[in-house]
Formats: sequence, C-alpha cells, structure tokens
Amino acid sequence: MTDISTDILVVGGGAAGLSAASEAASCGARVLVVESDLQLGGQLVKQTHKFFGSKDEYAGTRGYKIAGILLDEIEECGRGVEVLTNATVTGYYAEDKTFTVMRGEDSYSRIKARRAIIATGASERLIPFPNNDLPGVYGAGAVQTLMNVYGVTPGRRVLMVGAGNIGLIVSYQLMQAGVEVAAVVEAMPRIGGYWVHAAKIRRLGVPILLKHSIKEALGGRVVEGAVITELDDKFNPTGQERSVDCDVICLAVGLSPTTEILSHAGCKMRYVPELCGSVAERDRTMRTSNPDFWSAGDAMGIEEASAAMVEGRIAGLCAANSLGLPAKMEKLDEYWARLDHLRAGEVGEKIRSGIVKVSRGGWEACCNE
Amino acid sequence: MSESESLFNSGILTDERPGAIRPPCDKWKAKKSGLVIVECPQRIPCNPCATSCPTGAILPFEDINDTPVIDYEKCTGCAICVAVCPGLACFVVDLSFGKDKALYKLPYEMLPLPSKGDSVTCLGRSGEALAKGTVEAVIEPKRDKTYVIHVSAPKEFANDIRAIKVGG
Repeated sequence: MTDISTDILVVGGGAAGLSAASEAASCGARVLVVESDLQLGGQLVKQTHKFFGSKDEYAGTRGYKIAGILLDEIEECGRGVEVLTNATVTGYYAEDKTFTVMRGEDSYSRIKARRAIIATGASERLIPFPNNDLPGVYGAGAVQTLMNVYGVTPGRRVLMVGAGNIGLIVSYQLMQAGVEVAAVVEAMPRIGGYWVHAAKIRRLGVPILLKHSIKEALGGRVVEGAVITELDDKFNPTGQERSVDCDVICLAVGLSPTTEILSHAGCKMRYVPELCGSVAERDRTMRTSNPDFWSAGDAMGIEEASAAMVEGRIAGLCAANSLGLPAKMEKLDEYWARLDHLRAGEVGEKIRSGIVKVSRGGWEACCNE
Repeated sequence: MSESESLFNSGILTDERPGAIRPPCDKWKAKKSGLVIVECPQRIPCNPCATSCPTGAILPFEDINDTPVIDYEKCTGCAICVAVCPGLACFVVDLSFGKDKALYKLPYEMLPLPSKGDSVTCLGRSGEALAKGTVEAVIEPKRDKTYVIHVSAPKEFANDIRAIKVGG
C-alpha cells in the first residue's frame, strides 16, 4: 500500500475530468487524475462522428480528435497533472479525507486530496427481455469500444434498440464499419436524439420503427434473431409482432449517472428523472453539499460531452480557487453563458428543468474560503 | 399522429419547415455552381454551417440553437458547409450543370470511396433508389474524412436525391 497526496483529485479521465484537470492545473494546482480504463479520454475516444456545438466546444471536430486536444492540454500542464490509469477509486474515508484506489488487479494506494472533482460519467442501462443474456446482446458502449477502439465488428446484422443520440450515432458507425443495421426500434412516438442523426441513417435505408420495442431475443447459444412488437400509447404491446433477422442486439436505452463516490462522501443526492438518475445537489461552481467535493459531466446528469467539458472547466477553476490559488473567477460567467447557450434549445429543455431541481445557491459563500 | 408527422418524427423530411427551406426556383435554376439546401429543422445547439460559410450566405446565428437561414444572393454553392456540418444536413444542387442533369454535391463518410467516373445509386430520404448517377468529383475539403461527392444525375430529383450508394 502506497500513499499519494495531491491538491485536487480528479476521479475519471473523460471529457469532464480532463477539462477539470487542465483548468485546475492552469491555476497552479497539483492535480491527480485517476482513470479506471487503460487510457485517458473516456467516451470521447470512441466517438468517430463530428461534434455539435460551437467552436468553443470544438464543433465540427470528431470526438476522438477532441480527446487528443484535451490530452495535449494535459501534456502541456507538465508536472501539474499526474495520471494514474488502470486505477479505480474504491472508497472515501471522510474521517481522514482519504480515498482508496485499486491499481490493476492487486495493488492498492491511499490518496489524500484536499479537494476532489468527481467526473465518473455514467453507466449504461439495460432492459429486461427473454434471452437478454445470450451472447450477441450488447450495450451500445461495448459495440463502440469493439469497433472504434479495437477495430472489431460485433457481427453481421444489428437490431438497434433505442433512437436517442447514442442509438442513432452507433447505428451510423456500424454502417461505416460495414455492418448492416436491420432496424432501429424506439418505444416513444418520436426519436429522442437529434433529428439530423436520424435523417443520416434513414437516407441510407435504415428503418426507424417508432412505438416499437424488443420482445425477445431468439437463439440457442447465441443471438440468431429478435422478435419486436408494436406498442400502444401506454407502451403496452399491441400484439403486432414480427421477427427480425440479426446476430447482434444493441441496447441504447439510456445512461445512469455514476455517483457512488458522491454518495459515499455524504453529498446530498436527489433523484431527478430529467437528469436520468440520482445526482448531487450543486451550486453554481459545481460544488456539492460536501465542501471538499465538486462534480461535473454525466455524473451530474446525463448530457452531451460539450456540456460536460464546460462543467469540468467550472469545477476545476472553482476547486482551485477554493485552495486560494490565483483562479480567474471572472471566467465563471463566461462558462455559464456557454452552458446556457448549449442548453437553450428544445433539446435542452429537459436538462434545464432537471438542473433547477438540484441547483442550490447556499454554498457559494464558502467558495472563497 | 398523421402519417407525415410520424415519418418526420422518425427522421424523414416531409415538407418545408424553418431550417429546411428549398431555394427559390428561379434563382436556383440560374445559379452557376448551385445553391445550398439545408435540412436541419430542429433547434439544436450547433452553428458550424454559419461560422464556416465563407460568404456569409448562411446568416450568423443570434442563438446557437437557431436553425439556418440562407441568403441565396450570397451562396456560391461552394459546399464548404456540406463538408463541415456535423449532422450531414447540408447539400448543394447545381441545376445549371446540364440540360437534363443536375450536379449534386453530397456529404459522404462511408466505404468504399468512389472514384471519378463511377456509376453510383442515388438515394432519397428513406434510402429509396431514385436514379443512377455518375461521380464527377471526389473532394475532401477539410481533410477530415468527410468527403463531398459531386454526382451528376437527372434534374427531376433535385428535391429528393440526398445520398449515394457505392457498389452493389
């Protein structure tokens, strides 16, 4: 067991965590990023499509290239940012403000940090249906990892479940990899993702079946097909069923914020459906009710990576400021203006209504301690 | 829910809407190198079409969620927006290309990449095969793996051809 100490511990090296680390280090903080994966970058490294947003959020740049830009920024911080990959934070002990971290399979360390920024992202949801344990049933994240990180196609013909942005984008990526997409089924009467993402796969001939869902996977040892069913307005099966020829069933039915450490640290949590799960109450600086803890990105509510990067910058800036470091706090207004823009449209309405429920003004006073 | 509404809700444009307006016919026919057609009918936080337009033909957004509005006087059909749009929602159609044929400048990110002179299948908004087209040019304006394929195909599909299928 080794002991490590740092000013600011950033848990999670994805879009939010890397932005937070870079921002905090640029204020002069010593930052340690702990990432459970073998490499930094989080979900960004799997995103081969061009991002939306404005120039400030690298609009028009492919996600994996944005990961490269953020990694360059981290590199420029020199010794300001230390990184542990293949390392998982397993707990927080409030009595000595110590985190435990498992490195690889069998080595443990203790990390003492004056501040923590939790940027743990999200985990995929799955839905129950008969045979959903057959090989060939994947989460969309796994399909992306296979294809876009390791260069392996998951199969020959895919049934995509869910027409949110992930379902639509992964369908497109599957086609780019030469995999056929049999159909996208979506329980709601409209696609949940951006309309243009749907149009992109529609014009390549992929059916998007609204008010449809998967009833069961078919097959003995592996997926050999699926039965899909039409749903009525109350999401009950209408009895209209058909079978789909496929060897992969890809589930893109939503994400849940990963918040165990925040709960462990006693941060006030609240279940907010609009943010897709139980999330921490936060003030304008992304600080939680535990004054040593900030959080950003999907851990604070499921949203686009563009917003996660801005939230990360806010958390990094404000956590550094709380240590008495020379943080340019006037940037806070600029960052909030960017977030407000990103959330202004009809797609941002859900996020806005969710964030109102967990935003608290009360902790701002302790921001300049 | 009407059939056209449900089609639209699944990603198929069924009529003109803000952010998805056709160019005015007379201007379109006369314009050398064509005019842009944007099919972006949803308010989403995204503005590269406007910020990358070299002539300001896609008017600057007041709010990043605005849908694109086009000044056709300024559009030169350069197709920079076709290459830049993250949603692949910009197209240029040049009706001045030939007597019966128009030149379609379409975004393309699939494999295989076609070559000049290849015959390809031109697809409509639901992937239906509308016509055979001939590849006139393959351009990668931003060197970022989004290609703009220039395809000549019958003019009558100016409002319909939005993608190509290579091979098969």
